Amino acid sequence: MSAVAETTARSAEKYRVTRSRRNVAWTGLGALAVVVVLALFPYIVYSGTTAIMVQGLIVLTLASMWNLLAGYAGLVSVGQQAFLGLGAYFVLIPAMHGLSPFTALPIAAIGAGVAAVPLWWLISRLRSGYFAIATWVLASTIMLFIERFPSIGGGTGMPLPGFSGFDPVLLAADTYWAALAVAVLAMAAVYLLLRSRLGLVLTAIRDDEIAARSSGARVGLARMLVFVVAAVGCGAAGGILAIDQLQVQPGGAGGVFSVQWTAEMAFAVIIGGLGTIEGPILGTIVYMVLQQTLQSYNAWYLIILGLVAIAVALFARRGLWGLIDERLHVRLFPVGYYLWAPGETRRRNGRGSPAGPVGPGGERGNKPVSRRARRRLD
Amino acid sequence: MSNATRPENGTAVLEVRDLTVHHGQLRALSNVSFRVYPGEVYAIIGANGAGKSTLLRTIAGLHHPAAGAILYDGEDVTGLRPERRATAGIAMVPEGRRLFPSLTLEENLKVGATFAREGPWTIERVYELFTWMKDRRNQRAAQMSGGEQQATAIGRALVANPRVLLLDELSLGLAPVVVQRIYGMLPQILESGVTVLLVEQDVTQALRVATHLQCLLEGRTTLEGRPSDVTAEQVEAAYFGMAGAAAGQGGHPGHPGQPGHPGEGSEP
Amino acid sequence: MAWVNAIIQGILTGGLYALFACGLSLMFGVMKVVNLAHGDLAVVAGYIGVGIIASTHMPFLWSVPVVVVIMAALGYALQRTMLQTALSRGELTTLIVTFGLSIVIENGLLQFFTANTRGIGVGSSLVSSSFKIGSQIQIGWLLVVVFALALVVLLSLQYFLSASKYGRLIRAVADDREAAQLSGADYRHVFGIAAAVAFGTVALAGVAYGMTTVIQPTTGTDTILLFAFAAVVIGGLGSLWGTLLGGIVLGVAQQIGAQINISYEVLAGYVVFLAVLVLRPQGLTARRSQS
Repeated sequence: MSAVAETTARSAEKYRVTRSRRNVAWTGLGALAVVVVLALFPYIVYSGTTAIMVQGLIVLTLASMWNLLAGYAGLVSVGQQAFLGLGAYFVLIPAMHGLSPFTALPIAAIGAGVAAVPLWWLISRLRSGYFAIATWVLASTIMLFIERFPSIGGGTGMPLPGFSGFDPVLLAADTYWAALAVAVLAMAAVYLLLRSRLGLVLTAIRDDEIAARSSGARVGLARMLVFVVAAVGCGAAGGILAIDQLQVQPGGAGGVFSVQWTAEMAFAVIIGGLGTIEGPILGTIVYMVLQQTLQSYNAWYLIILGLVAIAVALFARRGLWGLIDERLHVRLFPVGYYLWAPGETRRRNGRGSPAGPVGPGGERGNKPVSRRARRRLD
Repeated sequence: MSNATRPENGTAVLEVRDLTVHHGQLRALSNVSFRVYPGEVYAIIGANGAGKSTLLRTIAGLHHPAAGAILYDGEDVTGLRPERRATAGIAMVPEGRRLFPSLTLEENLKVGATFAREGPWTIERVYELFTWMKDRRNQRAAQMSGGEQQATAIGRALVANPRVLLLDELSLGLAPVVVQRIYGMLPQILESGVTVLLVEQDVTQALRVATHLQCLLEGRTTLEGRPSDVTAEQVEAAYFGMAGAAAGQGGHPGHPGQPGHPGEGSEP
Repeated sequence: MAWVNAIIQGILTGGLYALFACGLSLMFGVMKVVNLAHGDLAVVAGYIGVGIIASTHMPFLWSVPVVVVIMAALGYALQRTMLQTALSRGELTTLIVTFGLSIVIENGLLQFFTANTRGIGVGSSLVSSSFKIGSQIQIGWLLVVVFALALVVLLSLQYFLSASKYGRLIRAVADDREAAQLSGADYRHVFGIAAAVAFGTVALAGVAYGMTTVIQPTTGTDTILLFAFAAVVIGGLGSLWGTLLGGIVLGVAQQIGAQINISYEVLAGYVVFLAVLVLRPQGLTARRSQS
């Protein structure tokens, strides 16, 4: 017995487990710098630019949430617009009763999260493909239900009260800051979530659900938590959307319940890189570029975005960030674990052995298994 | 089974050459080689996990080897898709029967006959071989007993009129009496011109029906020869991997990469 | 009596919904693909029909088989290329690809055909004529024709699956892909056939739908996909006749909802769908053990 204990103790001394390969203090500092610069934008650029950025920040928030759902929990939802819409209405309704829309934002986010619980209960037993359609049905149902109430605009929508008399430039700046705050909080939440035990559980589930269950992981609970968190994020984004548009419109193109939102967030994530935290950022940038260059051509940007997303899903599964990651082996937001043999240190440019995280579909983190080795006869 | 001498320069109907197969991270087979000649019953024996089923699945085309080749009638089929091998004449009865559960007995046979080659085997003839089948032809496959499923699976492979029949662990999960009955059909199958390559965990059963055998241990060949030429001790040693007991005449304790019999042709 | 009318209307509409649903169900049963673009394909078929009639002035009835054949061929091609690749990457990829297709198709139609609605001219006599049962109940002929069509298709599908060579192969591949390969079947080809059948049925459904009402680019998801899905879930996964039952239940629920308040129509259907999901998630016809 003691021989075993001795060996274990000795090994523990020599081997180390860290969360990242390089020193991430630099990345953290860099991220902080970026946020600070972004926060200064209203002082630097015209409000037209910040308005565009608000759009981008909304999509970034949504994309982070969709990435969390699909890339880490394996839940493909094409009905996230339900929570976007709920968030918008949960800002509208308090605003109609005198509360400032900005103050209503947290209410909207939490409200969306609360609504997610019964919705999850309804559809959680469905298999992935049918789960996806069910989310779509739920979104449609919620929209149809809300349209029943003319007091909040019925089918045509309602302008958002609470900003009369506001200086438009100040309002634009406030909106921008709120959007920035929501986006930063969303990404921080995702990062912390994945570094936590929940993140480990999610990776375990993704690797082997049955094994995860038998080692005690509460699979259903983990998935539900992710679903709720995603709903909160989408709800907050919906609140920002309402504030940005100064109105809440349920249906039609651009309506808060339009499936277009899911298309945008899903495509942004796929193109940027599913299953990585950096992916949604890249994807949102691509989306914004596309939207700005093609905006006079109506539906074209969605068509192109969709086609690119399909191509990426089929041929470059890990998206843009995956391509970068393969070349540079960089993780801006480290959520995995690295094992260092005795003697290997970061300063001596050791590489460590990645022990996760696992990308969508089961492929390993930094060193993708070679295609040939993985390819079966079909 | 008859111990016909192997034609020294004849073409093996099936040849496996230096086959190395990976199964996930493990090496399931290392440099396995052998030849099967027409009319033989070639048995591969070995303990669980020795690589026997992987070998058969690779021959059938369901696994891709990391190295080595599979030759059918002298032609390299290593790159051929499984369904093409089936239509060429290699039929496998997979481990665990693998009938189509929602189809009836007859429908299972019909599927087997869909891409059949020319030959003596028809669904009617399978009914003659297994006399109980005709009455139960409309029974759902999922509702049949293990032995009945095994017989049906063999029938499904036979109606395709294969030249080589691969039998994967026939005895698994079946009562000894049932196993004996099924193996008892082998002579009639061989009569129709089919060559048999089988994998068996039950060594006694294998020795009873085989004309030639090979033993695998952890993916390597540990013994090769004719049942009449190997002793029980040699088999035991090869099966369990105990050194020192493998010497003996006739039976050839194989080394990785070497074909069994001297004089069987030495060209690669 | 308006209620009886409504119920009959609902039953007949259910046939159409079942026609939409059977292709979705087939693709899932065989390839485990949930085709999110399923509804949009029906709309595409409708537009193709409109286009063919407009350009060649062929009689409407002739255009139907043409459209079905075109769509079936499209289905085979799409399955062998895009969907097969997506399948080999995994379930997630397949969903993303079909979702992407849905969005691309919808927006493509929007771009090229605008959001205007289209209808498929059948000849005014058929559309507007109806017959009466007793003095109070009036049933449109067109709806009856569509229901009959749905029955014929479902029967043919059942016959195809149970008695034909490819139907058997499809069932075999769906049961055990590897074992089917060992019996000489190229499962990719079989998948292609299944997709062709699914696309063909949904094309037929799309044309039929275009006859009864008008179609526009978003009809594919708003109406068809979600209704088809609801029909499948209500009826029970994996059962062809269950899908018919599900479609009927959905149709009746919608019509009853419309009787209460015309704008409740679609919502009523979804409420019933959610109720089934809560109370009997395996559907009305499935055995208890299915999930």
